[in-house]
Parts: sequence; structure tokens; C-alpha cells
Amino acid sequence: GFRVAAVRSSLGLLHTLYFLVCHVAQVHAASHHDSQYNRPFLESFEETPMLVAVLTYMGYGILTIFGYLRDFLRHWKIERCHIAREKEEQRDFVPLYQDFENFYTRNLYMRIRDNWNRPICSVPGAKVDLMERTSRDYNWTFEYTGRVVLDVINLGSYNYLGFAENTGPCADSAAEITMKYGVGVASTRQEIGNLDRHEELEKLVAKFLGVESAMVFGMGFATNSMNIPALTGKGCLILSDELNHASLVLGARLSGSTIRVFKHNNMQSLEKLLRDAIVHGQPRTHRPWKKILIVVEGIYSMEGSIVRLPEVIDLKKRYRAYLYLDEAHSIGALGSRGRGVVDYFGLDPCDVDVLMGTFTKSFGAAGGYIAGKWLIEYLRSHSHSAVYATSMSPPVVEQIITSMKCIMGEDGTTIGCDRVRKLAENTVYFRRRLREMGFIIYGNEDSPVVPMMLYMPAKIGAFGREMLKRNIGVVVVGFPATPIIESRARFCISAAHTKEMLDRALSVISEVGDLLQLKYSRRRIQPSLSLPCDDIVFEDIDD
Amino acid sequence: GILHGHEKLPELQSGNCSVLNCRIILEINMASGQQWVLVEMVQAFYEAPAYHLILEGILILWIIRLLFSKTYKLHETYKLTEKEKEDLIEEWQPEPLAPPVSKDHLHLNYDLVTGPPSHKIILNGKECINFASFNFLGLLDHERVKEKALASLKKYGVGTCGPRGFYGTFDVHLELESRLAKFMKAEEAIIYSYGFATIASAIPAYSKRGDIIFVDEAACFSIQKGLQASRSFIKYFKHNDMDDLERLLKEQELEDQKNPRKARVIRKFIVVEGLYINTADICPLPELVNLKYKYKVRIFLEESMSFGVLGEHGRGVTEHYGVNIDDIDLISANMENAVASVGGFCCGRSFVIDHQRLSGQGYCFSASLPPMLAAAAIEALNIMEEDPDIFTVLREKCKHVYKALQGTTGLKLVGEPFAPALHLQLERSSGSRDSDMQLLRTIVDYCLERHVALTLARYLEKEERFLPPPSIRVVVTIKQEKEDIQRAVSCIKEAASVILK
Repeated sequence: GFRVAAVRSSLGLLHTLYFLVCHVAQVHAASHHDSQYNRPFLESFEETPMLVAVLTYMGYGILTIFGYLRDFLRHWKIERCHIAREKEEQRDFVPLYQDFENFYTRNLYMRIRDNWNRPICSVPGAKVDLMERTSRDYNWTFEYTGRVVLDVINLGSYNYLGFAENTGPCADSAAEITMKYGVGVASTRQEIGNLDRHEELEKLVAKFLGVESAMVFGMGFATNSMNIPALTGKGCLILSDELNHASLVLGARLSGSTIRVFKHNNMQSLEKLLRDAIVHGQPRTHRPWKKILIVVEGIYSMEGSIVRLPEVIDLKKRYRAYLYLDEAHSIGALGSRGRGVVDYFGLDPCDVDVLMGTFTKSFGAAGGYIAGKWLIEYLRSHSHSAVYATSMSPPVVEQIITSMKCIMGEDGTTIGCDRVRKLAENTVYFRRRLREMGFIIYGNEDSPVVPMMLYMPAKIGAFGREMLKRNIGVVVVGFPATPIIESRARFCISAAHTKEMLDRALSVISEVGDLLQLKYSRRRIQPSLSLPCDDIVFEDIDD
Repeated sequence: GILHGHEKLPELQSGNCSVLNCRIILEINMASGQQWVLVEMVQAFYEAPAYHLILEGILILWIIRLLFSKTYKLHETYKLTEKEKEDLIEEWQPEPLAPPVSKDHLHLNYDLVTGPPSHKIILNGKECINFASFNFLGLLDHERVKEKALASLKKYGVGTCGPRGFYGTFDVHLELESRLAKFMKAEEAIIYSYGFATIASAIPAYSKRGDIIFVDEAACFSIQKGLQASRSFIKYFKHNDMDDLERLLKEQELEDQKNPRKARVIRKFIVVEGLYINTADICPLPELVNLKYKYKVRIFLEESMSFGVLGEHGRGVTEHYGVNIDDIDLISANMENAVASVGGFCCGRSFVIDHQRLSGQGYCFSASLPPMLAAAAIEALNIMEEDPDIFTVLREKCKHVYKALQGTTGLKLVGEPFAPALHLQLERSSGSRDSDMQLLRTIVDYCLERHVALTLARYLEKEERFLPPPSIRVVVTIKQEKEDIQRAVSCIKEAASVILK
């Protein structure tokens, strides 16, 4: 009896020690950020194990060799070629595509194409119905069997707050507006497409974000690509995070400004660029920059990381740069009040010059907004979107108004509040369990976007298929959306997921993970059964 | 020099001279007796003390180093100290992010529409007949369209919560794509969730850096943005001027003959609109097709204004001219005008269109079209297919309006008689664009007072490549009855005669 007790107590002591060490490490790590963070900022990007990296490269090597071999066979008509052909009369035109352009599509993507574009035939909620499809020619064409795969647990849609619904107050009010207004507008905001509903939505968005004014646009992608050019131009400098979304990159490019890229979420890199830019001015002419715009995202959708906003704001203030914050994934999904990354860090929204976000994700609608002080009047007169693009569809506007009011508690319920909390809980739980299982998970503790590393090209397809076999829909991504060896699966957690759904998903992920040997992590983590689970943090900070 | 040399000779003989001195003497005595000096030199070398030799060696190395090292770095002297850098940073004052806009800016104060923007529209609190929305076929508040949208809403909710690749493809999208392809008699169609993004994404999907695009000067803004995103060489030809286009094509042909290897990889495109939104006239498609095959250039055709308008079945310019759709490489249009929903589509041969599913930025990286909007578009196509007469009716009304608006004092009507969105421009400009705009705005306001809703055509004046002159849009829809048109026309004429005199 004594012996057992001694062992137990020493184990307990070890646990306590481990715990302490962890905490000390965190406190230490956090302290050099001047305690700008009200809670530990924990992000991890565990290094790719060397063996895995080598094997992954080999995998791509083999695929490439086979690709060339098959291209050779296709060329000599030994293998049947499924690719659509150019019209006979246009064979002597300059080819529309360079041969190598489609090498990747033809020989790598085509093998696992069934993991993408899976058509669904229900609400993209916590569970989703998929149209069953098969291919008889190795994914070159698909046939729909007419059967439906029912109740697939949906870990793929960006339905963070579960507002993708076909019943309930949002759907009801959208339905009412559909019958009253119709779905189209057939004009632009500046001409004759400025509806009362649009103006109401803009007021609400401004109130929701706690800023002076806001403007809404019909497409999230276009919100970035059509408004950045209105804000900056020639002689301006855009400092852009290397992992920024395509829409931000396009917008920056269309603006005609100089673009410089800093390392992902790396404040030293950003500061160096800022200093150099101001000190040296524009290249060649050495004139001072007209203005400098820092462009970052709230949550990075492929990494699951959260922007180090307090430090960015510090820098932008010190160097008088402007800050453009894209909250496509973070609005609604972060912060105790669901106001996004600004709320998450407890900052003043007025410190961000341009608040941008989309309605596609947390609000279950479509479109995007830009909010801030001063600039909205300018955008109303100069935004490409306001002048040339058809304004937002009224039922979509209504969906946003209703869901946003719900998050704000203006509907008189706590539903919105509960959902925000539930999402945070689900996120922490899901991430913790995955890590305990030994998977390599990227990103921030609190980010509902959870990338799980697969690395090898063959495992991309295998994971997606094995999960679907077990009725779980996941998103898998590989090159070119990620670096070549960092293929991953991405789970998007929703407030609509119940504990049972998450547990079911987790046990299936673990099962498939064993099957495909995906538990790469070399960080040994104790299952937390004997420990209080709320306040444990297992990570150190990796910069 | 000679004397000086001779004076040194004794030194040499005594063996105390340096190797360098030997050299000088060597040169001096070159003529007198080279051999003798060489012997002396070797002798001197043996006799010189070690420290001397080392010193000389270092000197020689130093000279070599000086000869081969770069001249001293100039910019090192420019290097800023930390203090100077701090000062520069302190000094720098950026321009404001958004320049202040004067409160009375014409584009700042939007007209407010209360309720649906259909045939009858409440504009700034006044109930008007709508002569401004591109709702050509009146489908915006068509009961059947609304019912279908509602049914879709009840099944799928509003948003898609993802791009097409990641569970954002709905059965409705697939249906709409195949229906559009069928409607246009094309092999394949692809839908975008935003009309503006359609052609703006399609162009850069094919045309890359180094490629050449021939564009009509009147091309709309979304085409211009697509051109810019493609980073290709852009060659503008005069609006609808086929000779000018051929001139450019010929020029290019000559260029290609000079460098045939380069020419083999440079793709060439012509980008035109069916009915130009900025000028309301039609492109000469048959001639363009001729040029296409003559010079081996592909044609991209933007049909937002002509899809669901021109042709017996509303298929657009190709049908209007009887051009085989396969001769056009890509047709794009939005579903926001005649179809009165939201979004856009491209159609053509699968060989061309399918490429966008991985390369169309607005397709890959954006959330997909809300299913209810796709359902509305499908129902609109149903209506268009069931009753092709609506296109005839629309054309009759267009011609009627066109005829009726002829001879307005001080205003000239721009466009084709069958174009549903015409422009009224000032016959004589007052001199400045701003005052022209004000003048036209007064006419719009005058009509608004009398329950006719019109609008000024809006442009970003600094961004447009070729800024169209200020104009009032007059949009014809099939909902407008004879009396409506009569009222609007007389209203406009009255306003023009009062205001423009």
C-alpha cells in the first residue's frame, strides 16, 4: 500500500513539475512581448520530421517520373488521352496552354480529384448530404449515381457559428425579403441599386464592429481586390504577409503600389521592412513613400494561425503606417463577443485603419464589408465595386442582418452569445484531443481552423477517401495551396457541432490516422484524463 | 634625370641600394649595358639585409593589393547612423489613407431605393417608373423566380460557407451550369458568384505575362481590370474600328515574322463586348471572326448587356449575327441584368472553360454563389426558354424608345435601336465634366419629380482607360407600357428643353 502511494505521489509530483515547467516556459516566452497579450499567445508549427520530408520528396519524385512516362504513352497514343482537345481549325494557333502548365493537373491532381468539388445537396450545416459520384476513368469524368450519402459530419464548411440554416429566424426573415424584394438588384450602388436594406446593414455592421461607418460589397474576394486599389496607388508601399489570401494579393497588384512581403506573422521581419522603407524611400528616386499599408489577416485559413495584432498595431503606430486587417475567417469566430481578432486581443477597433471581413463564413451568407473611420465616404465615391458591380442581393443582406443581430444579442436571446462560446469550447477541445493523439497540428490554440499535417501526396487522397468512407467530410489541401511537402487536412470547427459529433469525428480521425500512420508528432503529450483540462497548455511558443 | 642616376651609381656598387633603386637604375642604364645591371641586381639581392627584403616584399604586395582592390567604397560614407535613421523615421509624414471627400460630391450621396427595385420603384421617397435598372426582362420580381428562390432557401439556407472546391458545390450549381451550356448551345459553362469578377477572372486565367491582348477602347471596367491582372501587353484599337484592329494585327504579324520562335509561344486574344455598356452599340462579330482565323487570334466576348437580349432566343450577339458559337473561344456574361439574379458565367468549349476551374481566381478562391440565387437564375432560364417572344417584345420596345427619343433638344441619343440600355449625352459640352454632370443631374432630378426614374452613368473618372462622356442611362424593360414610355420620353424632352434651352 505504501509503495503504491509513493509511486502515485511521485507521479503526481512529476505531473506538477511538468505543469510548472510548462507554465514557466510560457510566462517567459510571453514576457518578451511586453505583456501585450491578455492570455498566452500559443502557436505551434512543429517541424517536419526529416524522414517524413525525405519520403515526401520521394513521393513527388515518383509521381513526376510516372507523369512523364504516362505523358510519353499518351503522346504515342498507347494510353488513351482523356484531355479535351483543341478544335481542329485552331490547331495551328499558338497553344492556349503550355504543356508544363497542365502537367500537375493531368498527372497529380487528377489521381485524387475526387476529394474536391464534392457536390452537396443540403444545408452546409454540421451534417451534410453528399451526392454520390463514381468515376470509371480514374477521375477524368464523374457519374452521379443518383444516391445521396446522408448525414456526413461536415468538417469542411466555414460555418463557424452555425448560421448556415434553412429554418429559424435568419431563414424566415430572408424568406420574407425574397418574396418582397426578389433576389436581384440589376443596378450598382451608385446608380439605382442602393436599397434601404443595404444602408441598414451598413449601419449595423459599423455598430457591430464599434467603428464610425462601414460599407458592404457583394463578394468577399472582390471586397479585397476592388477596394485596395481605391486606397493605395503608385508611390505607395504595401507590406503584405507572405501567406495572405489571393484576393489581397490581387488587390495589391491591381493598385499599382509597390509590394513587399514579410515572413508569416514575423514582427521582426515586418519591422525591418518598415524601417528600411521609411529610411530609404522609394527605389531609385528615393522619394519618401506616400503611404505604407500593412496588410494582414485575422486567422490564416491554411495555417490556422492568428495575427499578432497587438504587436502589429504597435509597429504601425510607431512607424505611422496604415493597417488593413482582413477578418474573413476571424469575424464572428474569435473574441468573447464574436467581434473578431480585435475583440480577441481586447483592442480598440479604431486602432485598425481598415477593418475588412466577409459574410460568407460566420454569418452564413455572402459578400464582404469594409469598416473604419474617415475612409468610408471616400470608398462610397471611389470603390470600384460601388461604381461598377451589382449591389448585394436583398435576401443575402437580410440573412446577415438577422445573424449579426443574433450575435449582438439584439434579438433578445443569448443564442448568438452561446454559439460564440460553444465555438471556442469546441475549438479548444478538438485541438487538444488531436494533439494528444499524436497528430501534428498547426496554428493557434484558439483558431477554429485546424490544419492537420499529412505531408505525403498519397496520403492526401487516402485521408480524404477514408474519412468519407466513414461518413466524415474533410478538406484536404496540397501543393500549390501549401508548400510542396506540407500537404494537410483542414478541419473547420463549428458551433453547430455537438460533442458527440466531435467525438465521433475524433475517433474516426484517430482510426484513419493509425491506418495511414499520420501520428507524426514527436512531442509526447500525456492524455489529460487525470489533469484538470481547462487550463492546460501543452505548447511552447515556436517563433 | 641622367645626372641623378649617375650620382647613385656608387651607392649601387657599394651594394647598399634597394631593389627598387636597382629598378630605376636598370631603366636608366637600359641603353648602356643591360647585362651588367642584371648581374649587379642579383648581387644586390644576395647582399641586402633580411629586414630590407621583407619590407620591400610587403611594399610590393601592398602595391599589388592597391592595383587589384576596388577603389574605396563611396556609399560607405553615405551609410546612415542609427540616429539619422531615427530622425528620418520621425520626420516621415504619410498622406492620409483616404483623402477627404467634399460633402456635396456628386458620387457621395446615393439615391435611396425603398422596397424592391422593380418596374415600379420608390426612389428617394417618390414612386417612379423604372428606366434605370438593367432588369430588361422584368424577371427581378417575377413570381415564379421568387417562388423558386424561396424553395431553394428552404432547402439550402442562404450561404454556401465555402468555395466550390471545399463543399461549396451544390447540386443547383451543377444544374445551372449545364442549363446555361444548353441554353447557349455551348459545351460547358462555369459560374461565378459575382458578375464583375467573371470576365475579370477569366482573362488572366489564359493570358499571362508576355501574351498580347487586342481590346476595344470602349471596353467596360471589369475587362480593364482583367487586362490589368493578366499583366499581358495590351493593344487598344479604336472603338468598333476593324481597320484599326487589322492594322495592329498586321503590325504584330510582322513582329512575329522577325522572331518566329518567340511568336510560337505568345498567345494572342481579342477582347470585345457584345453590346457595349459604355456606348450601347454592337460589335461587328462576323468581321472579328474573319480576323480571328486570318491572324490566328482567339476571341473573348463579354455579353453582359446582350445575353438574354439579342437573338431570337436571347443567346446574344452570336445568335444575332448567326455566328457559330464554337468560333468564339470564350463568352462571358453576368446574370445580374436580363437574368436579374446575381453572379456571372463563362461558356464555350470544354477545352477552354474547364481550365478556369483551377485557374479562375474568382472561381477558386471565392465562396460559391448562394444556391437560392442559382435557383432563381435557373427559373429565369426556364422562362426565357418557354417564351422566346419576350425577346421580340423587348426589341420592339427598344426600337420604340429609340425612335421616340430622337430629336431631343440639346441631347443626343447614343446606341443601337435594339440596345436596351441607351445613353443620352449632351450635344454641346459646357466645357467642364463636372458642370456637364450637374446639368445632366438636373435633368434626372426633373424627371424624378415627375415619377420617372433615370440615372447618370457612373464611372471612376481617374481609373477609366478611355473615359466615356457624361450621360444619362435610359434602360428599356418589357414591363414598360406604351404610356410609360410616352410619359418618360415627354418628361425627358421637356426637361431638356427647360434646362438646356
